[in-house]
Amino acid sequence: MISHLFLQHYWWIIVSLLASLLVFLMFVQGGQSLIFSLPGNDSQKTMIVNTLGRKWEFTFTTLVTFGGAFFASFPLFYATSFGGAYWVWIAILFSFSIQAVAYEFRSKQGNVFGQKTFDIFLFLNGSLGPFLIGAAVATFFTGSQFSLNDMNQVKWETPWYGLEALLNLRNLALGFAVLFLARVNGLLYIMNTIDNEELIKRAKKRLLLNSILFLIFFLSFVISLLFSTGFAADKVTGIVSPEKYKYLQNFIGMPIVLIIFLVGVVGVLYGIGVSLFRKNINGIWFSGSGTVLAVFSLFLVAGFNGTSFYPSSYDLQSSLTIINASSSLFTLKTMMYVSFLIPFVLAYIWYSWKIINSNKITEEEMSSDEHVY
Amino acid sequence: MIENIDFTLVDWSRAQFALTAIYHWLFVPLTLGLSFIIAIMETIYVRTGSEEWKRLTRFWMTLFGINFAIGVATGIILEFEFGTNWSNYSWFVGDIFGAPLAVEGILAFFLESTFVAVMFFGWNKVSRKFHLTSTWLVAIGANLSALWILVANAWMQNPVGMAFNPETARNEMVSFWAVLFNQVAVEKFLHTISSGFLLASMFVLGISSWFLIRKREELFARRSILIAGIFGLLSSLMVAYTGDSSARTLSKVQPVKFAAMEALYQGKSNAGLIAIGFLKDADTKTGEKINKELAFKIEIPGLLSVLTSGDKDGYVAGITDHVAGNGERGIMSSAEKIRRGQYARNVLKDYKIARSANDTAQLGTISNLFKDKEFQSDYFRYFGYASLARPEDVVPDVPSTFYSFHLMVILGFLFILIFSMALYFLFKGTITETRWFLWIALLSIPLPYIAGELGWILTEMGRQPWIIQDLMPVSGAVSKISSGSVIITFVLFAVLFTVLLISEISIMVKQIKTGPKH
Ligand code: HDD
Ligand code: HEM
Ligand code: HEM
Repeated sequence: MISHLFLQHYWWIIVSLLASLLVFLMFVQGGQSLIFSLPGNDSQKTMIVNTLGRKWEFTFTTLVTFGGAFFASFPLFYATSFGGAYWVWIAILFSFSIQAVAYEFRSKQGNVFGQKTFDIFLFLNGSLGPFLIGAAVATFFTGSQFSLNDMNQVKWETPWYGLEALLNLRNLALGFAVLFLARVNGLLYIMNTIDNEELIKRAKKRLLLNSILFLIFFLSFVISLLFSTGFAADKVTGIVSPEKYKYLQNFIGMPIVLIIFLVGVVGVLYGIGVSLFRKNINGIWFSGSGTVLAVFSLFLVAGFNGTSFYPSSYDLQSSLTIINASSSLFTLKTMMYVSFLIPFVLAYIWYSWKIINSNKITEEEMSSDEHVY
Repeated sequence: MIENIDFTLVDWSRAQFALTAIYHWLFVPLTLGLSFIIAIMETIYVRTGSEEWKRLTRFWMTLFGINFAIGVATGIILEFEFGTNWSNYSWFVGDIFGAPLAVEGILAFFLESTFVAVMFFGWNKVSRKFHLTSTWLVAIGANLSALWILVANAWMQNPVGMAFNPETARNEMVSFWAVLFNQVAVEKFLHTISSGFLLASMFVLGISSWFLIRKREELFARRSILIAGIFGLLSSLMVAYTGDSSARTLSKVQPVKFAAMEALYQGKSNAGLIAIGFLKDADTKTGEKINKELAFKIEIPGLLSVLTSGDKDGYVAGITDHVAGNGERGIMSSAEKIRRGQYARNVLKDYKIARSANDTAQLGTISNLFKDKEFQSDYFRYFGYASLARPEDVVPDVPSTFYSFHLMVILGFLFILIFSMALYFLFKGTITETRWFLWIALLSIPLPYIAGELGWILTEMGRQPWIIQDLMPVSGAVSKISSGSVIITFVLFAVLFTVLLISEISIMVKQIKTGPKH
């Protein structure tokens, strides 16, 4: 018999996995945030937009699925966070909806607002998307000001409806860390998929600065996280109370998670290193897998080991845990069967991309009769 | 437990949701139908090897791509609006409603977006067979997206397969199959996708007619008309058939909506079906709401009774029967339902009191009550009525429900006629010369869009005051944020969508004028 507790953990793992894939796939956004500064001429810009454009749907669909899976498995989080931190989520949505049309429309004849407008859309999505998602996820550790009534209905206790999250330094640090990570991954991805000497050189130049900024923000976030007071949920009574060094304790209490985290960080650094100091263009594979592992472990630290993953700093007992926020046993079980199809989905995605990615993006292809953005 | 209701907030939240949904539905049906039309054309190309069919496929595929992107842009906002604007709803039913949304992402959206990439970028990279398979998978993926979201919507119209859990204060799923094979879901799915097929066929027919009017690309246009004519005729018949069965089911699961659709206040036997009609205010009232009556009508006698009960003498209940009750026909009054809803809500209150007092014996008794079939079917099913102030609040806005239904049906029959004529002229070989028909076909492009939106207005407006039929009124579902915030986002979205719509139309027109590539 599968227990409810097991399924709650299982679904938190799936949600964490989707989140970590999403952060990796935001290399598309990172690349977009560079579209005005990176290319040296128009043809380079076209190549950048096209190499990113072939993957945008993928990032987008992962975001949508992440939302759907969170809704299905932890509906109380979906209701509480979206219905309370209204402005942050609306800003995120807005930035993604302008992206969805930008690729398809930018270079088409008859687009009344001109290519420039759509390129600005890409830039806005590229910069705001990762930053805001990072800041929103940081509230998993820093808490938000909400309360739930006896019908579990949310009331946000500040008139800023989520914008107050941007006043917290730790939230900002994670926001910027995610943004610069996306830019690093974007640069590595561009170096990997475009066959153009000059562009690779230009990308390399920008890689160093973006990597340093990423490290500064990331380390400040992680260090302050390890020393911060966390939100512990009693495993029997469910009562939430502050606990010193909670997240450090979680890492120590779950050594596997710590190892995953460290391997992830090393992977990202290695990916950056080989790209900077050697003539290697495969850095994206290391930094990409590193990103997935590191984000995955951070999510596990946020939700496992008797921790509240969506704490309320206004009313501690309203805080959400994977136990009190989850769907019923029946729903989680049904959804588990559905989730068994995920490997199959990954397989066909991988297979299709293998075929159409067999050659790199070149200037010639951009002027052929293929579908060009 | 239920706080004061801020009606400005409710109204703006509704307006925002309606805005997003209406825009989404401007793009989605073309995706649903055009993907199949392209797949059919490409199949012919692969079978015959004729380059002309490939040209045809690629032309319509370009238009597909432009339209597809904007469907995605509006869709993501809808998905998250359940959380941002209807958070109480999202908790109350998330256990059931979230599942189809997640399945949609995992099974449908990835299928579609992966193979869309192959479809666009794979022409010179994958084999013909693999490309063709991808195109078919896009069509199937698109229609699977429709399936899951419609299952979710159908559940709101006819909640099945769940039980209320007093501990968590929400409804929980007990049967996935009951949710999936909900009769309303099956009919809604078939009716909606076939309306998308119809819309896309009209789109292809209209644009091809324009080429013929301009005397350009004659072979291309005639071939497109052949596919669109056949596909369109079949779909329009399917739309009428499934629309009819939807209406029959409605008469059982949402009888007030059904009565409002026909503006039927006093129930009767041998009721006629109104083909065309206009409403005016009547002298009578239902509670404080003024009744409507028909100022003019063309009626098919007895048909409504036959449709609903299979018998000319069948009794069709009217709005008044549902509000005031009709003991003779076994219809409960809304006042009685309100009383029962309040009873169920008091039981829940007792549960909460017992929970705070930690009175386990009492908790057990009440939990069992919620599992009791009789309590469920006689009391809990009216839970939402507890929040209604007046019995007449169960009546939706009659004119919008009535007109949207009748206009949709009239258009539905018109489309059958248009597609039949297209095929007739095509096979007779005179379509190029029949310029008046070409103009009609061109000018008809917007009509299926109108019919489709009317269908949703009927569905959603006719459902008022409920967000979940009988269980939760819209006013109880809304997120408690400031109405000012919602007004700002409403304006933002309105501007954004309008900008996107304008560029889409302009790009489409330009592509069409350029015509298929050589
Ligand atoms: C091109 C579009 C189109 C056309 C020509 C029709 N419909 Fe329709 N109709 C829709 C597009 C649509 C829709 C947009 O797909 C709806 C909205 C929600 C749904 O399930 O389908 C709908 C809903 C809808 C409903 C409400 C179902 C509910 O509330 O659950 C009924 C009763 C009908 N239709 C009946 C008909 C009939 C008898 C038609 C006659 C030929 C017809 N429709 C033509
Ligand atoms: C895509 C086409 C759709 C259109 C054009 C549409 C239209 C509308 C309209 C006009 C309203 C406002 C109703 C009112 O003010 O009384 C509304 C509300 C709503 N609709 Fe739909 N709808 C669509 C699809 C859906 C689907 C598929 C779902 C569910 C999965 C859904 C769920 C809702 C909800 C939750 C509300 C808000 C509550 C309410 O006012 O009833 N809609 N929609
Ligand atoms: C309120 C209800 C709805 C929600 C929340 C919703 C959600 C979404 C989302 C998130 C997307 C983007 C998917 C992507 O990332 O690729 C999308 C696109 C789409 N939706 Fe909707 N949708 C709704 C109503 C409908 C309806 C009623 C239909 C059809 C009957 C439909 C069919 C589609 C199709 C065909 C697309 C095209 C793009 C794609 O599938 O990727 N949707 N929708």
